[in-house]
Amino acid sequence: MELTISVIVGFMILGAIYAIHARDILSAVIAGGIVGYSLVICFLLIKAPDLAIVQIVVETITLIIMIAVVLDSSRTEAYGRFDGQAYATAGAALVILLILFWLFRHASASLDHFGEGTLRMSDAYINGAVEKTGSVNLVTGVIFDFRGYDTLGEATVLVTAVLGVLTILRIRGRK
Amino acid sequence: MKGMTIIVKKTTQLIAGMIFLYGIYIILHGHLTPGGGFAGGIILAGSFILLILAYGSDFLILVRKESGSTIYENLGVLVFLFLALTGLLFGGRIFFANWLPHGTPGELISAGFLPLYNICVGIEVAASILSIFLALIIFKEEILK
Amino acid sequence: MIVYWLCFILFLTGLYGVITRRNLIKIAISLSIMEFSCFLFLALLGYTKGGEAPIVDPADPVRTYVDPLPQAMVLTAIVIGLATTAMLMAVIIRIYRKYGTFDIREIKNLRG
Repeated sequence: MELTISVIVGFMILGAIYAIHARDILSAVIAGGIVGYSLVICFLLIKAPDLAIVQIVVETITLIIMIAVVLDSSRTEAYGRFDGQAYATAGAALVILLILFWLFRHASASLDHFGEGTLRMSDAYINGAVEKTGSVNLVTGVIFDFRGYDTLGEATVLVTAVLGVLTILRIRGRK
Repeated sequence: MKGMTIIVKKTTQLIAGMIFLYGIYIILHGHLTPGGGFAGGIILAGSFILLILAYGSDFLILVRKESGSTIYENLGVLVFLFLALTGLLFGGRIFFANWLPHGTPGELISAGFLPLYNICVGIEVAASILSIFLALIIFKEEILK
Repeated sequence: MIVYWLCFILFLTGLYGVITRRNLIKIAISLSIMEFSCFLFLALLGYTKGGEAPIVDPADPVRTYVDPLPQAMVLTAIVIGLATTAMLMAVIIRIYRKYGTFDIREIKNLRG
């Protein structure tokens, strides 16, 4: 189980590296789709069908929007000469990545092994949840009953994002 | 934006209605099977996006503004908030109180308020995604003109 | 344990892309890759060995289930991720119409 997910996450890392280094922007977008659709398989393997059904639809819509934007504008990657600023950026990136890696090595010492530890709160959300909420699907019970405030905030964020998109795209520029 | 060929248009006519029905099924059965308001709402928006992509500007002449979908989006959030507030009025003075009778777990009409919340969130998500896509398409049309 | 490490390496790959790339669309792709690694990490934390998907069968309810709380958190986060990506795309296409390029260093020098 752990090995299967590891292999899929390895493919996701390869797709991510290709998406970052591709010369054509359209192929970079499609290689980003590799990461999203592999995530669906990972969600199915770790018994999360709700997440899988949401992720596969969201990834499709995201790809449609991104491809529409890319086909509408230029497809060439912005390559400049390798001057001092490019080397300085790459060096700073490597230093930041090394520091983060060292921090995660310390933080991972307190993590449980995969599939063995459970969160302390999980008993309260599983045992007796069907009697409390009446919902057979436990995830729906958590979303709309135990954690209704979160869903209300999420709906507000969605409305705000749509307002932002309409404000950015529908106003006339200063002529 | 130009429409696609006649084959794509006919196939889209046949399929879009079924995708719409599937989205409604996912929303209504959100408390019994995997899915729910979020997934079903995006599937509903996806059926409209399929129609817009296949038909192009010929279909888009009918809906020149995105005001209709934004009205549904705001309505979804307001009804959601109103249903949560009824818990404050009639329930045990708790926000998001589930004071309707729960019924038998596993039946279609059960779980009190959860199917109603699912429907509200489904309408809201579908209208949001459709508004974003319409804004992008209308922006593109105005640039090309 | 190695799954957590690979998740973190995926996150670092996205961060590397955000820092070093100069094309705006590639920066958006790298941001969504970082999002995906966070989703996968949270969902992996809730997995229990031998657990079933969190949908109770009323006839046979005594089983071990996967923790539903991280799944609910990730479910809302995925939809928010779609909205933010769409808003980022709106900003990017507006910038392209104004400046005619995706290169952030050229945009910085133009001072429109």
